[in-house]
Amino acid sequence: MITLGQLLTLSGIVFSLAVAGIFLNRKNVILLLMCVELLLLAANFNFIAFSRYLNDINGQVFVFFILTVAAAESAIGLAILVVLFRERRSINVEDLNTLKG
Amino acid sequence: MLIQVLFHLFAAILVLAALGVITARNPVYSALALVMCFVTSAAIWLLIEAEFLAVVLVLVYVGAVMVLFLFVVMMLDINLTELRRGFTRFAWLGWLTALAVIVEIAGVVWARSGLGLDAHRGVAPVPAGYSNTLALGSVLYTRYAYPFELAAVLLLVAIVAAISLTMRRRTGYKQQDISRQVAVRREDRVRLVKMDAEKRP
Amino acid sequence: MNPTLLLAIPLLPLVAAIVAGLGGRLIGRGGAHTVTCLAVGASCVLSVMVLKQMWWDGAPTYDGPVYTWLVSDSMHMQVGFLIDRLTALMITVVTFVSLCVHVYTIGYMADDPGYTRFFSYISLFTFSMLMLVMANNFMQLFFGWEAVGLVSYLLIGFWYTRPSAIFANLKAFIVNRVGDFGFVLGIAGIAYYTYSLDYRDAFAAAPHIALAAVPLTATTSVNALALICICLFVGAMGKSAQVPLHVWLPDSMEGPTPISALIHAATMVTAGIFMVARMSPLFEYSDSALSVVMVVGALTAFFMGLLGVVNNDIKRVIAYSTLSQLGYMTVALGVSAYGAAIFHLMTHAFFKALLFLAAGSVIIALHHEQDMRRMGGLARYMPITTVTCWIGALALIGTPFFSGFYSKDAIIEAVGESHRRGAGFAYLCVLLGVFVTALYTFRLLFLTFHGPERFRAAAPHSEADDHEGAHQDGHDDHGGHGGDPQESPWVVTVPLIALAIPSVLIGAFTVAPVLFGSYFGHSIFVLPANDVTARVGEDFGGALSFALHGLLKPPFWFAAAGVATAWLFFLKRPELADRAARRFRLAYRILCEKYYFDWFNEKILAALTRGIGVGLWKGGDQGVIDGAMVNGTAEGIGWFGGVLRRVQSGYLYSYAFWMVIGLAALLGWYLTHP
Repeated sequence: MITLGQLLTLSGIVFSLAVAGIFLNRKNVILLLMCVELLLLAANFNFIAFSRYLNDINGQVFVFFILTVAAAESAIGLAILVVLFRERRSINVEDLNTLKG
Repeated sequence: MLIQVLFHLFAAILVLAALGVITARNPVYSALALVMCFVTSAAIWLLIEAEFLAVVLVLVYVGAVMVLFLFVVMMLDINLTELRRGFTRFAWLGWLTALAVIVEIAGVVWARSGLGLDAHRGVAPVPAGYSNTLALGSVLYTRYAYPFELAAVLLLVAIVAAISLTMRRRTGYKQQDISRQVAVRREDRVRLVKMDAEKRP
Repeated sequence: MNPTLLLAIPLLPLVAAIVAGLGGRLIGRGGAHTVTCLAVGASCVLSVMVLKQMWWDGAPTYDGPVYTWLVSDSMHMQVGFLIDRLTALMITVVTFVSLCVHVYTIGYMADDPGYTRFFSYISLFTFSMLMLVMANNFMQLFFGWEAVGLVSYLLIGFWYTRPSAIFANLKAFIVNRVGDFGFVLGIAGIAYYTYSLDYRDAFAAAPHIALAAVPLTATTSVNALALICICLFVGAMGKSAQVPLHVWLPDSMEGPTPISALIHAATMVTAGIFMVARMSPLFEYSDSALSVVMVVGALTAFFMGLLGVVNNDIKRVIAYSTLSQLGYMTVALGVSAYGAAIFHLMTHAFFKALLFLAAGSVIIALHHEQDMRRMGGLARYMPITTVTCWIGALALIGTPFFSGFYSKDAIIEAVGESHRRGAGFAYLCVLLGVFVTALYTFRLLFLTFHGPERFRAAAPHSEADDHEGAHQDGHDDHGGHGGDPQESPWVVTVPLIALAIPSVLIGAFTVAPVLFGSYFGHSIFVLPANDVTARVGEDFGGALSFALHGLLKPPFWFAAAGVATAWLFFLKRPELADRAARRFRLAYRILCEKYYFDWFNEKILAALTRGIGVGLWKGGDQGVIDGAMVNGTAEGIGWFGGVLRRVQSGYLYSYAFWMVIGLAALLGWYLTHP
């Protein structure tokens, strides 16, 4: 039987790896987006684990919505990426420093 | 027992695949590793009897989002060596942060019982004839009807946004401008000329 | 009494000053002196009318506001007039003297480029002095006080291209500020205790204030009224040039001669004397304050007179004489003989003006030579000047029957009658002062008008050139270098004669009513226990017998001894003076250096103040406030911002990093702080 602790630990590991991935792949926007997907996956893991643990279906509804938002987010993110690449011929985050004050 | 074995197996695959996502040299491999993550996650969700979401995860993510990712990755001509440069510069920070997060989560889960959690308790058993899809649907279409519709609108907006962002305008492209058509006035189109009638020669 | 009429007395000169000052180019020189002379003449006539109404018609005291300027809480700041017999006398003296100055100046300044400016100043001076004298509240008193100080500054520095004049007017202004600081504190003390600035309230409250105490430390305290009175007197010390705030008066002789004579000898410097007399209801309740007044006056009377003995500048000798005589007036105030002080003020105004104008006459005749060592034997060439100067000198030393005798002898007697603390010392000072006065006065006379003629060898001298540079050669017609000195023209001699007559007579005529009579009535308040004037007056049997008695009294003998000494040392055997100077070299040097007051002020006080100022400027202002606090704050924030700016790299990933690190940190904090 899978315990709550096991699930939470697994999601924590995935979350940490995603965080580490953000640091490692700080230049590559695509990989950043993938790491965000991983983060959301880890969060979804927690929702489902608690939903099952507490026997409360509402948690899974949240996961449903998160999946929706995540899909929308990656669609728009990739669209921006395409536009960005078209403008700059690059997706290197280090080129995107026009935010600098 | 079997479930435990399967869980650990899938969990190991999941962690390795996640590692692959963040360390792969080629973004295509990363995307494929991410697909692997989603699939194993779906498997684990099946193990804890959240079937609908597991299916949705595979369908939506693996089937749509990750395909989109792969599509973009392959479509763009990315200079990978440039992107890989300085890979390890902030690596220590990344690992440190990851370690901190793990320690913190482990602290919450295992060391602190103040939250009223019993980490050793398993997931709640489901009664016979229980349908996860039915349960979810019965909540989703009643209590969460409005958020559900909002989510639909959100997706629509995302579609519109993605298209409008990426669509290229072509020159010489003929189109109707409804608002201009509606707003047109008589003076713009008709010119009344007053003149003497001419005699027939 | 008609308030509009009273208002006209000070306002006419003000209007004239504005017209002459701002419209000087439009109306020209003739217009300027016409308008100012007419205005001051009109106020003089009005003042005489007021005096007549007060004295002969017995008009009641007028005390009322004319215009309320500002009301703050219960404090009314207003323009108001207090016209009693004291004021009437003062405004008459002020306007009369001012009128004399105006008329005299027409001739004296005829060729000066600043002609209209000068008339504007002296009219403004008249206005200020009248406002001071006529005030019925401290606010207006202070206004007049400061305004005469300002005009005095402008007039001393009238020839503003001369560095010495600029130095002198700055010195006068700054020394007066020291006095004014005390004065303001005194006024503030009055306002604190009475919640009012009116004389009426202050005088009414004086007995109550006399009972209050101001704690200095936890265990010691001083009497509030004494403190207030001493503060007020510090102001009087500045304006009336009492030790140690006297240093500006000798230097003020840098101004045009009639001005330094008539404003800095006859009118403005008496403002302090007048003020103390006006405040007699306050001072009367504080014996200790009066003791201070008396001792300061006595010191001034004696020691400033001594300086006149060694000085060689004819104008400065008279200036020191003024200091000394002001000291006499102050002593009189100190022994509660206010009437005697005012009386001496009046007689002194005449004979001191006379002496100054005589000195001016000599200076003109010798073509701007002021050094008495280059004079001598002028009696032969300038008979009128000599005679009038003799009259002034005799009046000054208090020869019986001359006006100075009545006032000065009354003061000395009053001091002798007083039993106030320090009166013995003051009596000694004023008696010795008589000797000193006679000594320096006759030294001046002998060196200038008698003895060998020393002016012929003095053709090239720098000071004359200095003067002429500023004068634009205004007095070339008064005789050239090398020729015999000539008697001055009538514009100078007529005022001399005009002033000589009252110098002789006014004392005898007015001593009975003003000093021992009831002239001042209620305008001067003296506690019965302090009324030394009345005690002196007990055996007063008329002006003539008073003078005859004077022949037998010690002051006369002291004066005679002074005259004899002067004769011996400076006329009969001049080498004795040099020998004495060598014998008492230390004393002579101290006197020549004016007791080192200027040295102390410049080298110690000013240097110390400047040092503190520079220290505060460099260290406190530039270092701490500007450097550390203002710029330091800016630089600190700039530096911090520079550090923080690195965080804002503009790279997306760094923002993401920080978000994640912040999240981790927040989580850690949450876990460790349940």
